[in-house]
Amino acid sequence: MALPPHASTGQRIWHRCFQAICALVFVFLLLPIVVVIPISVSSSSLLNYPLPGVSLKWFEVIFQPYPWMLALQNSVVIACATTVLATVLGTLAAYGLTSIEFRFKPLVMALLISPMMVPLVITALAAYFLFARMGLAGTFTGMILAHTVLAVPFVVITVTATLQGFDRNMVRAAQSLGAPPLRAFFKVTLPLIMPGVISGAIFAFVTSFDEVVVALFIASPAQFTLPRQLFSGLRDNLDPSIVAIATLLIVISVSLMAVVELLRWRSEKLARTEA
Amino acid sequence: MTMSKTTLRLAVAAGLAGLMAAGAVQARDFTISSWGGGYQDSQRKHFFKPFGDSKGIKVLEDTYLGGWAQFKAMQETGNRPWDVVQVENSELIRGCEEGLFVKLDWSRIGPKSSYIEPAVSECGLGVVVVSQLVAWNPKNAKAQPNGIADFFDLAKIPGKRGVRSDPKGTLEFALMADGVDVKDVYKVMNTKAGLDRAFAKLDTIKSQIQWWEAGAQAPEWLVSGDVVMSTAYNGRIAKANKDGHGLKMMWQNNILYVDKWVIFKGSEHVDTGYEFLKYFSDPKREAAFTNDYTYGQPNREAVKYITPEVMAALPAGDHIKDALDTGREDSVEFWLDNSDEIFERWTAWKAK
Amino acid sequence: MTIAPVADDALTGTTTLRLRLRRSERRRRLRAYALMAPLVLFLVAFFAVPIGSVLYFSVANPEVVTMLPRVTAALRDWDGETIPDEAVFAALIEDARVGYADRTLPKVSLRLNYEVSGFRSLLMRTGRKAKRMKPPYKEAALARDERWGELIYWRTLKGNGAPVTAHYLLQAVDLDLQWDGSVQRARPEQRIYIQNLLRTLWIAFVVTLACFLLGYPVAYMIANAPPRLAKVLILMVLLPFWTSLLVRTAAWVIVLQKAGIVNDALIGLGLVEEPLALIFNRTGVYISMTHILLPFMILPLYSVMKGIPPEHMRAAASLGAAPARAFLRVYFPQTLPGLAAGCLLVYVIALGFYITPALIGGGSDQMLAYLIAEFATNTANWGLAGALAIVLLACIAVLYPLYHRFAGAGGMKLG
Repeated sequence: MALPPHASTGQRIWHRCFQAICALVFVFLLLPIVVVIPISVSSSSLLNYPLPGVSLKWFEVIFQPYPWMLALQNSVVIACATTVLATVLGTLAAYGLTSIEFRFKPLVMALLISPMMVPLVITALAAYFLFARMGLAGTFTGMILAHTVLAVPFVVITVTATLQGFDRNMVRAAQSLGAPPLRAFFKVTLPLIMPGVISGAIFAFVTSFDEVVVALFIASPAQFTLPRQLFSGLRDNLDPSIVAIATLLIVISVSLMAVVELLRWRSEKLARTEA
Repeated sequence: MTMSKTTLRLAVAAGLAGLMAAGAVQARDFTISSWGGGYQDSQRKHFFKPFGDSKGIKVLEDTYLGGWAQFKAMQETGNRPWDVVQVENSELIRGCEEGLFVKLDWSRIGPKSSYIEPAVSECGLGVVVVSQLVAWNPKNAKAQPNGIADFFDLAKIPGKRGVRSDPKGTLEFALMADGVDVKDVYKVMNTKAGLDRAFAKLDTIKSQIQWWEAGAQAPEWLVSGDVVMSTAYNGRIAKANKDGHGLKMMWQNNILYVDKWVIFKGSEHVDTGYEFLKYFSDPKREAAFTNDYTYGQPNREAVKYITPEVMAALPAGDHIKDALDTGREDSVEFWLDNSDEIFERWTAWKAK
Repeated sequence: MTIAPVADDALTGTTTLRLRLRRSERRRRLRAYALMAPLVLFLVAFFAVPIGSVLYFSVANPEVVTMLPRVTAALRDWDGETIPDEAVFAALIEDARVGYADRTLPKVSLRLNYEVSGFRSLLMRTGRKAKRMKPPYKEAALARDERWGELIYWRTLKGNGAPVTAHYLLQAVDLDLQWDGSVQRARPEQRIYIQNLLRTLWIAFVVTLACFLLGYPVAYMIANAPPRLAKVLILMVLLPFWTSLLVRTAAWVIVLQKAGIVNDALIGLGLVEEPLALIFNRTGVYISMTHILLPFMILPLYSVMKGIPPEHMRAAASLGAAPARAFLRVYFPQTLPGLAAGCLLVYVIALGFYITPALIGGGSDQMLAYLIAEFATNTANWGLAGALAIVLLACIAVLYPLYHRFAGAGGMKLG
């Protein structure tokens, strides 16, 4: 965003101010995340700078089997199961939804993405009221079902978006060459919409992996996930082991973000070369 | 597209493994709920972990911070996420009356007689003697409190105060600070005017209250300087002082609790619960805990093994001469009768 | 390729072709519905029905009707002005006896205690003795506890004689349902829900405004930056967006503490002498919520701004418009759809915030979601929790169609 050469002094000053404001906003966005990470290798138990020394002892604390590694295991189990369930259900529904037109389509779409718009606390409350009666509170199944509800809209949206750019003539071509619908789906459609499906799956994974409100309402200690343990830790034991857990979570979500961005970049490049 | 295919297969495999693992770990392990933070860390060290190891089982933990709501959910749904929990007196009586807790068979635990009288109850076994009192950080406070009244005096000692986010105990502190004698607290609070008086006293410092829910928060905030003084549990403050923080406690008009272990009726681990209580009631083990974490001992036998320095710091003797005992009949009865309405008023008042 | 044998009669051929086409079309539709069905059913079962149960809990009042059925029936024709007669007392004692034996009495006592403190002990005490009471029951009950001679207890019983009640929904808007069905303003110390709702709307508004003020220039900068730089900048917005909400809240707790990094820096720079109170108050809530929601403002704005050709501004400038004027008259109006989408999105999400204010705010900075959680999991008043949830849901239901209009169904930009 270069300034034209004929800009006046006033414009130049304004332009500098504008850049400074933007830089400050970026500092605001990134600073709190970046600044806490080094504390996880502090040798003291204070959450502050300067670090008196560097030590991995807080990571040793969190790599103990209980409670943190159990929580990590729970998080991974629940998030993986949620991912599979949400991706399968969401992809099928998105495929069906984009393949025909019908009167209630907006209504169905609204239902499919409504878990995203309803505040988490209400979804959690609803699960709390009803899941217990269905024998689902305090079970892995309950957590997985509730997380799938939250994750499914992301799959539906990403896959729908990918399918809208997808040329259905390909499927017709495959079918006219004798491929049954199922085979056409797996051989033609799925490979082509794969980037969207994978992005959706990653969104589903992250949704479950980072979720805390539902866990607060319906999880028992046996299902406590990392965010759930982190929440009690923030209240009970504010020390650098909490920061170590936070660092771990940041690393995981940033790597997943990198995968999604890479996928998007690839599909954009593909689209460009095709065009 | 080979890469995507491999990824897809991997993802599906991982997910299926996850689903299967979820099914496999569906059965719940033995679960104890206590009050969190360093206190529970110490309990884990002295009781939970060695108990689990000795039995070769996994002991899971949760945190309970008081109140009836979680128990109500258990009653409504029949769910039993916990097997053993440490409760305060009024919840103990109520849960026992409503059939939520197991009526204890003492032959499976140990001799009743070795416990002080307030530690023995139809459904509960005494865990610790805890005192809630005013603590402050001499490094931060501009003045030091000379009595419970000073805690409520913003002019004398300005600044934020930590207060437990629970009407139980807090309203009592307010009335005592307002000049009500320890023995008359519930007589006064049983009237509408008396209750209003307690809330009015709290109103005078409300703008400066920082509510804590977990006992661990009070010493944390005192150390970090987020509050100038706070109500707190004595053991938590003593622990912080062991870590070199030099906090001070004021014993005048402290509030005394003898928390109890209870076992949930209908849990799948009632027998393990009994075994845990038996394991817990070993005097040497209990003394080792008290030597580590300065809460009083309800077990008479354990007292022998407590070091004199720790003994002098416990809620006992002179420390509790004007304490308010929450095991008193009028205290238990008052909260049984009024806790629902007061909790509702409290939530409303606090959020205002 | 050989030509496939066609039907002898060309006319029937077209008909069968049309038929077959229609049939294949129908099959295609059925297949599409079948593909959608699993998810639709799943969401109905595990989302729509549970949400419906929130509505149910906010009006349900089953305890008195089912657990004290005789006295409820006996009170139906009572005028509410005098102490009921022997028949009603007999029904009460019978209900109390049965309830005490099958352990339902504590539950209904608790329910009644929500409305009149002390009802619990009154009913339980009567229940304990009911087995040994003999007629006349009126005298026996009054002898056991003279509170049965007060109208308020009887009126409360009568007032809860129906299986549904508007009590909680009215309470959630500071109204009080009387025993005879009339509605009054709630007692002053209970009038907090409207205030809390207004506070929730206000906090969400301030946060939306802050996101707009901080997000607009940044979105503009990214949209007009050279592509490479823009890519890096977008990643810098996405990084916090992908970091879990709880982790970001935790980071702010650590950064904003009295002895935290910000205060140390301010004191170190000599800007302040005493550490500032940045946490456990509104300031902390505004700061952290703005941080968490800012990407939701920047991303929709950016996608709209990217589509605005820079020539528009140049054309305006060449026609003599001052930069500020050109911006306000030419550029800004074109960004309005993105701005509206961003603002609504941030506002709607902010309305439901729970974790962040709970960990960073003080008692008077808590929003509606906190009260809902508090009543559900701390005070065990599920009816009120449900009613407050309905209020929050209603706010969002009003705003959601607006958002839908600006952003379209799939309009939420997913990074």
